[in-house]
Amino acid sequence: MELSLQQTFLAVFAGLTLLSAGATLLVHRLALRTTDPIKLTWIGLLNSRLQASWLILLLFAVGFALGEVALAVIFALASFFALREFVALTPIKPADHTALIVAFYVVVPLQYILVASGWYQLYAVFIPVYLFLILPVVMAWRHDTELYLQRVAKVQWGLMLSVYCVSHAPAIATLEPPGYEGRGPLLLLYFLLVVQLSDMFAVMASASFGRTPLRSNPNKSREGALIGGSAAGVFGTLLWWMTPFTWWQAALMSAAIVFAAVMGGLVLASVKRSLGERQWDQGVALSRGVLERLDGITFSAPVFFHLTVYFFVP
Amino acid sequence: MATFPVRFLPPIVWLVRLLVGAYPRWIGCAPSAVQRIYFANHTSHMDTVVLWAALPGELRANTRPVAAKDYWDRGGIRGQIARDELNVVMIDRARDDPNADPLEPLREALENGFSLIIFPEGTRSPQPLPGPFRGGLYHLAESFPAVELIPVYIENLHRSMPKGALLPVPTICTVRFGAPLARIEGEPKESFVERARDAVAALAG
Repeated sequence: MELSLQQTFLAVFAGLTLLSAGATLLVHRLALRTTDPIKLTWIGLLNSRLQASWLILLLFAVGFALGEVALAVIFALASFFALREFVALTPIKPADHTALIVAFYVVVPLQYILVASGWYQLYAVFIPVYLFLILPVVMAWRHDTELYLQRVAKVQWGLMLSVYCVSHAPAIATLEPPGYEGRGPLLLLYFLLVVQLSDMFAVMASASFGRTPLRSNPNKSREGALIGGSAAGVFGTLLWWMTPFTWWQAALMSAAIVFAAVMGGLVLASVKRSLGERQWDQGVALSRGVLERLDGITFSAPVFFHLTVYFFVP
Repeated sequence: MATFPVRFLPPIVWLVRLLVGAYPRWIGCAPSAVQRIYFANHTSHMDTVVLWAALPGELRANTRPVAAKDYWDRGGIRGQIARDELNVVMIDRARDDPNADPLEPLREALENGFSLIIFPEGTRSPQPLPGPFRGGLYHLAESFPAVELIPVYIENLHRSMPKGALLPVPTICTVRFGAPLARIEGEPKESFVERARDAVAALAG
């Protein structure tokens, strides 16, 4: 039986809502029963993951109700906040002002306009080719060559990570493999699910089988990341029916997503370290750790996007 | 309709939050309706709006920033924001009558029960630590002994909008409120002003 896009989405949505509701209730009951501080820490971590799941669901309800443009706007805001955080962490000089103004007020909106309008040939090269050439020119204009290369590199990296990479997530929603026309948003949901589940399972598994904490993320252990990643791969395979892939293709795809997500987390942790870690205070609700929350998708979104384009979109 | 339950954030406040965060940190005191003079470091044109936006809504209505007339009292959107949203107390930096007291509008606002936001450096210094303070704060503190003097440090903003820039680079800045400055009987102006500056600088750490 072939389900329509609407029906498939509603089915997935209802299933996920039930799962999240169940998990949220369970965590709350656990939190009431225990007073062990270590367990409470894990429960706090799980809770933050569950909140992210609810956020994804909410985002998708909005995205489906209002269309792909709404999705592009949501991810554009995410990019904006991520870049804002990157700039706040980076030492900048007055001479960088023009380049950063261009980055925030021109590049962010333009990249997402290109993505939303499906102009693949341009959004795939706009930041890595055109801006890679234009920004150094803008920054050289002021004749301030102190630490020039470092400053240019930081702006470029900020744009690549928080705008270029993240913008490939809504770009997934614009893909139309044959036989899968108009279902791009479902593919994006699939992608976000696999990333989110691998993160959540890794945190859960690390709590139970934690031996060697990961150096990049002390909340996860090596065993936990391995078990969590495998579990997410199994889920990704079981969800093959919402993708244009066969079950074994879905298995390989979700393996690629999980692997890229873990590598992205590793790289972003290193970036944060080298910028000088700065603990965001509690209470900075919207902006706290945007980069950290996006670390799973920064690397995996372009990887999944291009694998799909390469193998499934003629 | 006068008491509509939801008060919407003024556009200027959410715009400031979107661009630079302006997250308040109440380190040495709690938000309170007590009459206060907030005095802060001055690094960019955004400071006035940022400090004001960092206050809770119910205090914002009763708190007036003090700002230079030559910059804010203009036509267009800037003047409109200054008058209608911020309710700015204009201070005349280039006054015609050299004998006129430039603090007169400030005294008037304090007498009417408003809290004030002032930048005692008198001009912008785009650097992490504030420069030397001028004497205005001392004179106000003498005339209004009951008003609390709250040091405020605006962090990170000097990088967002250097002198001469038209647009701010979005960043994350916090506004740190310190403990009320203690008053010392008979303290000379120089030492008071120095102490006030140190209180702001101490919040930078």
